Amino acid sequence: MDYLNTIVQGVLLGGLYALYAAGLSLIFGVMRLINLAHGDLIVLAAFVLLAMVSALGLPLPVALLILLPFAFALGWGLQRFLLNRTLGDDILLPLLVTFGLQILIQNGLLVAFSADSRKLSLGALETQSVNLLGLSVGLVPLITFAVAVVVLGALSYIFYGTGLGRRLRATSDSTEVVQLMGVNPRVIFAIAMGISFVVLTIAAFFMGVRSNFDPSVGPARLLYAFEAVVIGGLGSLWGTLAGGIILGVAQAIGARINPEWQILAGHLVFLVFIIVRPRGLFPKQ
Amino acid sequence: MSKSTMSVPVKRRVFLGATSIIALIAMAPAAMAQTQTIKIGYVTPQTGPLAAFAEADDFVIKQVQDTLANSLETAGGPVNVEIIVRDSQSNPNRAAEVARQLIVSDEVQLIVVASTPETTNPVSAQCEIEGIPCISTAAPWQPWFIERQANPGDPATWESFDYTYHFFWGLEDVIATYQGMWNQLDTNKQVGGLFPNDADGNAWGNPEVGLPPALKAGGYTITDPGRYQNLSDDFTAQIDAFKAANADIVTGVVIPPDLTTFWTQANQQGYKPKIASIAKAILFPVAVEGLGPIANNLSTEVWWSASHPFTSSLNGQSAGELAGGYSEATGRPWTQPVGFIHALFEVAVDSIKRAEDPFDPDALAEAIAATNLDTIVGHIEFGAEGLPPVVAANVSKTPLVGGQWRYQDDGSFELVIVENAAHPEIPLGGTMEAIE
Repeated sequence: MDYLNTIVQGVLLGGLYALYAAGLSLIFGVMRLINLAHGDLIVLAAFVLLAMVSALGLPLPVALLILLPFAFALGWGLQRFLLNRTLGDDILLPLLVTFGLQILIQNGLLVAFSADSRKLSLGALETQSVNLLGLSVGLVPLITFAVAVVVLGALSYIFYGTGLGRRLRATSDSTEVVQLMGVNPRVIFAIAMGISFVVLTIAAFFMGVRSNFDPSVGPARLLYAFEAVVIGGLGSLWGTLAGGIILGVAQAIGARINPEWQILAGHLVFLVFIIVRPRGLFPKQ
Repeated sequence: MSKSTMSVPVKRRVFLGATSIIALIAMAPAAMAQTQTIKIGYVTPQTGPLAAFAEADDFVIKQVQDTLANSLETAGGPVNVEIIVRDSQSNPNRAAEVARQLIVSDEVQLIVVASTPETTNPVSAQCEIEGIPCISTAAPWQPWFIERQANPGDPATWESFDYTYHFFWGLEDVIATYQGMWNQLDTNKQVGGLFPNDADGNAWGNPEVGLPPALKAGGYTITDPGRYQNLSDDFTAQIDAFKAANADIVTGVVIPPDLTTFWTQANQQGYKPKIASIAKAILFPVAVEGLGPIANNLSTEVWWSASHPFTSSLNGQSAGELAGGYSEATGRPWTQPVGFIHALFEVAVDSIKRAEDPFDPDALAEAIAATNLDTIVGHIEFGAEGLPPVVAANVSKTPLVGGQWRYQDDGSFELVIVENAAHPEIPLGGTMEAIE
């Protein structure tokens, strides 16, 4: 019974990890760009949500809905005006730029919001739970998991069911060939980054509701996102969900053995995947 | 034409005259600077995860400078006081580095330092090596004193320090305060322990000298599932273990994000202890406000509050006036470090005043050792009873009481003192209440 609870909680945690990772996976899949600032962007989005709630008095879910189009625009602009200039043969350049972005965001947040540990509040909903198989399961983790599935489903649909998705996939396969077909890869990249920002804003919402955040926690979030992406297979969307769940369950079982093993167990599983299946569970063909 | 040729020398004379006046004015401060300047270096974590501790810095330093008007009467006549602030960035290596800079480049006469062992220890160590007097606070004395010993495990080998002094409470005070709070309620005396894998967690959870043996002596049984990593996302394992042990009480030394995760999950998974006494995480009002109503009646140790019956030796303010002044100046609720940072400068100024020669490190260290001062955080005197003499030479204990956060109708929280057995001079604000 206890183990069942452990696994259920691990799976639900995996949903959150998948949300962290989905935007990262998308960007890597489309343009082979590793966004080191991904974790800090999640924290930035969480602070923006906090500011909207406290300054404008909006209910949190409404603030999220309002923020999403702006997040898309910001991601689009970032790619269009900054990161596109760094793309080329040198893969180090975009990496360094996102690293610099990370430092800018962390210190900017410190100036704007101080180092206080903050939290987003959903009120009484946070502590409510439902009874599943005799287990008391928190409503918010359940919603988080459901949203992760919906987000990945939506991304999947965009990728495999729409004209935009065709262009995204084609650009991912060869930036040279799509140009012959009249597609501007830089525009596609900007759209992909916009979508990634929308997803990371949703992730920020659930991160902020689950736990406190302060300007320095971004890199810790990035680490799990990375691991989920690598376990699932670079650039694979459903693989990202699987990766997140594997990571979450591994941590939960590790903690059950001894809390000292919680984080380590996740890292060990990651290591095993690197050794045994370096391309992940569902590698892109 | 002649007019214009005339005007040139006049202008020139005026110009020369003006120049010499300006030069005189410019030289005046140089002449005044003949009064010696004593430099106090202050190392503090203004950025990074510990920054909440340093929030009161600007307010307190401005207050000290205003009070002194930058001049201080000493044994050798009046001196100017300059306070040089350096940010440790919450990083022990950086703290040691800026302490060295203060000593070597800025040539300070005294260093003061506060806020967790990560800041106080590296700075104190540098000062001891370089022979510069140092006063520190806001870290329990055990990590400050014991971990700087050559052989921390063997009390017989412990040695006093020559230049570094510390005032704060110790783990024994937390243990007594927590048990004092717990004994006020009817419980099954089963305690769940949350101890992370960091300096604090290992010290508190230590099965030989930490909380577990002391609690056992008080009739409590502790369930300790093991050390977890800070910033954990899941506490199901601990919650299940505490449920299995039927623990009525939860305690631990937890960082704010982890307390939020743990306490929210505990509520979701139907684990409701009667008491949760948590160190570190709920020192600051903003942390309980983040948790919202479920933080009602969480309890913690209280080192200082607006209702402590002490006054400042520097400006005569009461604790309430100091806290009120802070809130007024910053628009934020008072926090416990406000009193301690203020007291740090009280001790520094008092020692400089009393030193035979404040510019001589040995004389200044001697003056610090002879401190016997009523401050805003209580009486500070080194060599007092209650500690092993070797420790007491460098450590002065300040009072510790216990408090509970009470949820107010407007969504804010008030810290109510509910346990004062060791220090009855600090008034109670209420009695211990169980979590509902």
